[in-house]
Amino acid sequence: MKTQPIDQFACTLPPEKRQSVYNGTKATHEKRTKLLAGDFADPDRLRQLAGEVKQHVIENLDTLLPQVEERLTAGGAQVHWAADAAAARRHVLAILQRRGATRLVKAKTMVSEEIELAPFLEAHGIECLETDLGEFIVQIDHDHPSHIVRPIIHKNRREIATSFEKNGLGAYNDAPEVITRRAREFMRKKYLAADAGMTGANFVVAESGRLVVVTNEGNSRFSLAAPKCHIALVGIEKLLPRDRDLALFLNLLARSATAQQLTVYTEFIRGPRAAGQPDGPEEMHVIFVDNGRTDVLAGECREILRCIRCGACMNVCPVYRQVSGHAYRSVYPGPVGAVLSPLLAGEDFLEKADLPKASSLCGACNEVCPVNIPIPDLLLRLRDKGKRAGAASPGLPPMGPWALLASQPVVWKAALIGGRLLDYIPPGLIPVPAMHAWAASRTLPKWRGGVFRKWLRQREKRKTETGERKA
Amino acid sequence: MTTIERKPPLGKKVQLMATCLCDAFYDDAAIATVQVLEHLGLTVEFPEAQTCCGQPAFNAGDWNASRRVVRHLLRTFKSELPVVVPSSSCAAMVFHGALLAFEHERDLPEVEQLARRTWELADFLVNGLGVTSWPGRFDGAIAFHRSCHTRGTRSAEAAATLMRSIPGVTLVEFGEAEQCCGFGGTFSVTFPHISEAMGRLKLQHLRAAQPQFLVGVDTSCLMHLSGLAEKEGRPVQHRHVAQVLRDALKNGGLLAA
Repeated sequence: MKTQPIDQFACTLPPEKRQSVYNGTKATHEKRTKLLAGDFADPDRLRQLAGEVKQHVIENLDTLLPQVEERLTAGGAQVHWAADAAAARRHVLAILQRRGATRLVKAKTMVSEEIELAPFLEAHGIECLETDLGEFIVQIDHDHPSHIVRPIIHKNRREIATSFEKNGLGAYNDAPEVITRRAREFMRKKYLAADAGMTGANFVVAESGRLVVVTNEGNSRFSLAAPKCHIALVGIEKLLPRDRDLALFLNLLARSATAQQLTVYTEFIRGPRAAGQPDGPEEMHVIFVDNGRTDVLAGECREILRCIRCGACMNVCPVYRQVSGHAYRSVYPGPVGAVLSPLLAGEDFLEKADLPKASSLCGACNEVCPVNIPIPDLLLRLRDKGKRAGAASPGLPPMGPWALLASQPVVWKAALIGGRLLDYIPPGLIPVPAMHAWAASRTLPKWRGGVFRKWLRQREKRKTETGERKA
Repeated sequence: MTTIERKPPLGKKVQLMATCLCDAFYDDAAIATVQVLEHLGLTVEFPEAQTCCGQPAFNAGDWNASRRVVRHLLRTFKSELPVVVPSSSCAAMVFHGALLAFEHERDLPEVEQLARRTWELADFLVNGLGVTSWPGRFDGAIAFHRSCHTRGTRSAEAAATLMRSIPGVTLVEFGEAEQCCGFGGTFSVTFPHISEAMGRLKLQHLRAAQPQFLVGVDTSCLMHLSGLAEKEGRPVQHRHVAQVLRDALKNGGLLAA
């Protein structure tokens, strides 16, 4: 049966991975929904408001970005602009090489995944250690994150214990406390020895130049406080206009991402160590990364740039739950990834043009999105774009002939009668691939084409006859 | 879902968009829709030339083909009358999807005109006509599947309100009710394995609630779920919400012969 790539991926996914993904996403989604409903009278209004704020941001980047550069510089940070992934990597490398740095500790940043930073730095002789526990496990396993908030949602603790053992982090023990303690012991030494620390930013406030980083493990705090140099890698869409907008966004982010009222650590960073401050990095760099975002802004799916990377859309998505994040062949999986990845692919759009099709368009993603992105509409726009660009669509019945049929009532009515043949031909013998795909797991109801129309006609006839008799 | 502001229905006449699935498979759901509307004293006009709403091509990304069908729809339903559709999916195609597909087209105003008067059946009854309780009798525990196209609309609440008001009906709760059944139109044949897995999960939750009837506002979801159940050899009894309303009238002796 010819089906779409993501459908085929689903068939090869080991059941225990599917179960891990399903259990993890379902639990977080349900907790999130309960928490929002319990804490706020009208959570939907908050999502709409946040969506309006972010829409304002992306439509005013031309004034907000210079503003934030000015504030950051005034606070002592150095600002760099990277048009693409290569430029972003070069900035990071240049900063590190100038300082003679060879050891980098890294908190979680999706942009670093997007620009494939770690392999690049390793190739230049710089050790690049992931300090987020999930990312660390992905790193030692030579795996890829399968969720933007929970990179190892596809793994269970037995797999993790096995890879710890394999990597010399102690004999097999799958107790979460033991795993965590071992990772901590390993990382503490690394923080102290590191020459530079890297973080992302969940928000950067234009008004104050304040960077906000939220985590639950405290690894961002270690990564940016212990080493002498802090590098923040930030997508240009991460801005918020005012400090007071943080109240709304921090409330929504933690609840949407991890079903917490507030994450365990929330860092507000205004610059490197100032005179008189006891500690902190002596140098701070903020690299703003475009990497295709302004092209997205210029196109018809710009609302996707509102995204604050909470992962709520993947947690609720019935397709993501069945296939895991790896099915999307992208840094950003799930509904947001199905929109963002083809767009960020630029010239390679066609390679990712199947992703927007991996959705029943159920709209659950839009319903949970803290910035109210109309994801189904964007998926539809990208399907249209894909069709116009000549993207392949395995398994799809041809729509041209169907449209011809559906715009000619005479032919349509004839087909309603002719369809009765379906009742007599076994689905396997009908030379339509879509029929095989349907019939593999489902029966087709008995054909009753034209019966309703006949009922209407007979009733009409009866009415006329009764009318005539009365007359 | 961003939708267009709807015009309140005036007068006693409506147009029926029966949907292609009722045309081909579910004639009784369409008949029930006519009977329900007539019970409320409305005259139902059925434009003979109608075919389909254009959604299959729209969802498949073939917007050119979809616009061709929508243009046929515009010609067929040209009037000022409310258009009632026994499907949240086809209705949403008209008042939401078509607006997207015609964003840059010259005939967008005509699409908007149709969108402003197109209603899903339950939404029309409750929010268009102000009917909030339904007479007659229908005995049974009903599991009501809220089709995804009711998100952001008032259809699901409307259908639940009507059914809850019928003497004899109990609506049973079931797990993960907000999750899609896996149909998704062409998704069901281009992603058949994922579609099947989603459907099985839905059936599992539905069966755990032990309803006598699976009821929905869309025959498409019902076709997928009942098709899966039948293939398993464990068929489920399913009804379109119009059939429940009509049967309630019938059981209460309220249906004119």
